[in-house]
Amino acid sequence: MDSLIHLMHGFGTALDPMNLAFAAIGVLLGTAVGVLPGIGPALTVALLLPITFKLDPGGSLIMFAGIYYGGMYGGSTTAILLNTPGESASVVTALEGNQMARRGRGGPALATAAIGSFVAALIATAGLAFFAPILVKVAVKFGPWDYFGLMLIAFVTVSATFGSSPLRGLTSLGIGLWLGLIGIDQLSGQTRLSFGVPNLLDGIEVTTLAVGLFALGEALFVASRHLFNDEKPMAIKGSIWMSREDWKRSWKPWLRGTLVGFPIGALPAGGAEIPTFLSYTMERKLSTKPEEFGQGAIEGVAGPEAANNASAAGTLVPLLTLGLPTSATAAVMLAGFQQYNLQPGPLLFVQHPALVWGLVASLFIANVMLLVLNLPLVGLWVRLLKIPLPWLYAGILVFACMGTIAANPSVVELMMLVGFGFLGFLMRRYDYPIAPVVVGLILGPLADSQLRRALQMSLGDPMILLQHPGSASMIAIATLALIAPFLFKGLARFRQDED
Amino acid sequence: MTYLRSGLASAWLMAAAAILPLSSAHAEDLEISIIAPAGAGGGWDSAARSLQDVMMKTGNAHSVQVMNVPGAGGTVGLAQFVQGAKGSPDQMLVGGITMVGAIITNKAPYNLSNVTPIARLTGDPLVVVVPASSPYKTMADLMEGIKKDVAHTIWAGGSAGGADHILAALVTQAAGVDPAKVNYVAYSGGGESLAAMLGGQVTAGVSGYGEWQGQIESGDLRALAISYPEPIEGIAAQPLKAQGIDVELVNWRGIFAGPELADADKAVLETAVQKTVESPEWKELIKAKGWSDYYAPSAEFTSFIASEDARVHGVLKSIGLAE
Repeated sequence: MDSLIHLMHGFGTALDPMNLAFAAIGVLLGTAVGVLPGIGPALTVALLLPITFKLDPGGSLIMFAGIYYGGMYGGSTTAILLNTPGESASVVTALEGNQMARRGRGGPALATAAIGSFVAALIATAGLAFFAPILVKVAVKFGPWDYFGLMLIAFVTVSATFGSSPLRGLTSLGIGLWLGLIGIDQLSGQTRLSFGVPNLLDGIEVTTLAVGLFALGEALFVASRHLFNDEKPMAIKGSIWMSREDWKRSWKPWLRGTLVGFPIGALPAGGAEIPTFLSYTMERKLSTKPEEFGQGAIEGVAGPEAANNASAAGTLVPLLTLGLPTSATAAVMLAGFQQYNLQPGPLLFVQHPALVWGLVASLFIANVMLLVLNLPLVGLWVRLLKIPLPWLYAGILVFACMGTIAANPSVVELMMLVGFGFLGFLMRRYDYPIAPVVVGLILGPLADSQLRRALQMSLGDPMILLQHPGSASMIAIATLALIAPFLFKGLARFRQDED
Repeated sequence: MTYLRSGLASAWLMAAAAILPLSSAHAEDLEISIIAPAGAGGGWDSAARSLQDVMMKTGNAHSVQVMNVPGAGGTVGLAQFVQGAKGSPDQMLVGGITMVGAIITNKAPYNLSNVTPIARLTGDPLVVVVPASSPYKTMADLMEGIKKDVAHTIWAGGSAGGADHILAALVTQAAGVDPAKVNYVAYSGGGESLAAMLGGQVTAGVSGYGEWQGQIESGDLRALAISYPEPIEGIAAQPLKAQGIDVELVNWRGIFAGPELADADKAVLETAVQKTVESPEWKELIKAKGWSDYYAPSAEFTSFIASEDARVHGVLKSIGLAE
C-alpha cells in the first residue's frame, strides 16, 4: 500500500510539464538510435551525460530511462524489416519477424512487437514498483551454480528447438561455443585462440556475428537463388494491422514472455538474451500451429519481444536497489546517478523517494508515449518492403556494413562480418540453424565462467552443482529435455513393433 | 561570474603564452581529442569526459573530443594511440593502474614507456569488505582466517590481474601466506561481485570504495580497511597501513600524450591540464564523482609509473599471471 502512495506522488513528479518534455525527448531519441545501426542506447546516454550535468537530476534521469525503453522498441524494427538485429536482444525477433515481413505480414509483426513491448513493459514496470525489494533478495542468492544450471537449460532447449534435428542444432551450438572461447578468459586473464590479433582479445562482438549470419548470409543466399528464379518484391498481403486471429494468437505469448523476461532480467547476471530464447522455445512448444514456426509465426515475435522489454524493466531492479548495472545502458545510467552524487543502492529508495518514484512513474508514461509514437509508424515502415528485392538486399548490405563500422571502426571487424556472412550462407545452404550459433557465442563464455567460479568456490568438487537445490533441479530439467525426445521416439518405435 | 571566470582564464593564457614563446600551439585554440580506451560508462570513459567538460568550461582548450576504443584492459586503445599519435600535439589518452596490469598479462606489444605521461589525475581507494553476516569483525580477524585456511578464504573482485586481484594477493602475502595460493574469483566489474558478496557466496571482497559505498553505509557490507595510504575524510574504514598491514594500493588514473612529442607541445598540454585540474570546477566535479585528487605533474608521474610497473609485475609474477 505504501508503494501505491509513493507511486501516486511519483506520477505527480513525472507529470510536471518539464519532466514530460524530457520523457518525450528520451523516447524519440531512443527510438531513433534503436533504428539506426551502430549507435546503441548506451552510447547515446554517455554522449548526453556531460550535457545534462547542469540539468535537474530528476529530469535527465527520466530522459535516460526514456532512451533505454525507446532503444528496445526501435531495435526490433530493423530486425523484422531488414533481418538486421541491432542488438543481441532482438536476434530472436528477426527469426519469425523477418519471415512474416517476407510473406507480406510486416505490419502485424511490427504491431505485435510494439503492443507486446507495451504490455510487457507495463506489467514489468508495475513489478518493479511493487516487488523490487523482495525480488532483489532472491536474486542475490542466485549463485554461480544456479546460473550454470539456467544456461544448460538454455543450451538444450535452443539446440532442440531450432533446426530440423537436435544433432544439427547441437552442431550449430558447438560452432557458437567455439567462437565464444576466443578472447581473454575472464577468470585467469589468459588469452585464448586470438592468434595474435589484438582485435580478437575481447572476443567476437555479438552484433557482428548476428548481422553477418542473418543479414549478409541471407543476402548472399537470396542472390544465389536469384539466378534461377525471378522473385517479385514482397507484396503486402491483407491489412497492415493485426487481425482478430493475430490478437488471439498474441496475447498469451505477451503475458508468458513478460513472466519469463522480468525475473531473469532482474537477476544480476541474467540479461535480455536468455529470456528471449526461452520465450521463443516455449511458444514453439505451446503453439497450436507449430508448423508455422520458421515460416513467420506471430507467436515467435510476440513472446520474445515481450520478454525483451520485460527484462529491460527487470534490469532496473538490481540497478535501483543494489546499484548493480547488468547491461551496458544500465552501467551508463549508474554513471548518470553518480554525477548527481546519488548512489543507487539500498538507501536510494529511502533517501530520494521523490526521484525514484518519479522515475518509475515516468517509465509508465514513456511506455504510453512509445506506443503512440510507434503504431502510426508501422504504416510507414512496411512501405520499405515494397522496394524491389535486389535493391532492398543491396541496401541491407550497406546498412549492415555501416552499422558494424560505426560500432567498431576496424578492418578486422569488417572482415569478420564478411566471413560470418559466408558462414551464414553455407549454413543456410546445408540446412543448419543459425540462432544456436549466436546463443553459443553469448552464453558460452558466461556458462564457462559460472561453472569455473562454482568449482573455485567448492575447491574443485563438482558435487556442488547437485548440492544446491536450485542448480540440481535445473540440471535435471536440462537432462530431461535432452533425453526425453529420444526416449519418446524409442518408445513409439517399440509400440509400433508390438502392433 | 562567467565574465570573471573567462577574464581569469585569459589572464592565465597570457601568462602561459609569455612563458612559452616558442610553443607551436596556444591553449585557447587547442583542439584536442582524447581516447578513452574503454567502453562508455566505465572509469576511464568517465575520466575522459570529465576532463573534456572542465577543459572546455575553463577555457583551457577550445574544443575537446572523446573517442572510445574499448578492449583488453585498454591495451587495444594504447596500441592504436602509439601508432596514430606519434609527435601529435593534440591527441591524448586516458589510462591507469589496470592498464599497467593488462599490458603485462596480455603481453601487449606497447607499454606506457612508449607514450608521454602528461599528468596523474585521480586516485581512488580500494576497500576490503566482508558480508554483514560474516564472523570476521576486523581486518585482524580476516588476516587470522587467511593464515588458518587460505584455500577457503574466497575473494571476489574485478577481472583477473586487475587492481582488486593485486590487492587480494598483497593482503594474502602480508598475512605470511604464499600469494600464489589466493583463491580469487574474478567477476566483470564491481556489480556482479557485489551480488556474490550480498549472497554470502564468498568470504571477502575487493572493489573501488565508491562502487560499494551504498551497501557499506546501509550495513549490508562491513568495510574492514581501505588501501589508501592515509585516512580519507568521510570514510570510516581505516587504511591497511594504519592497521599494521604494510600494503597500499591506489587505483590511479592519468593522462598521456603520444610518443616522440616535442618539448614545446608537451609543455602546452601539461599547462592546459594543470590549469584544468587546479580550477574550482574540477575540484567540484571530482567531489561529485566521489574521486580523490591525486594530481602529479609529468616528471613525477613518469617515475611513479616506472615504480608501479615494477611492483605490479612483481605481484602478477607471484600469482602466476606473468613470467
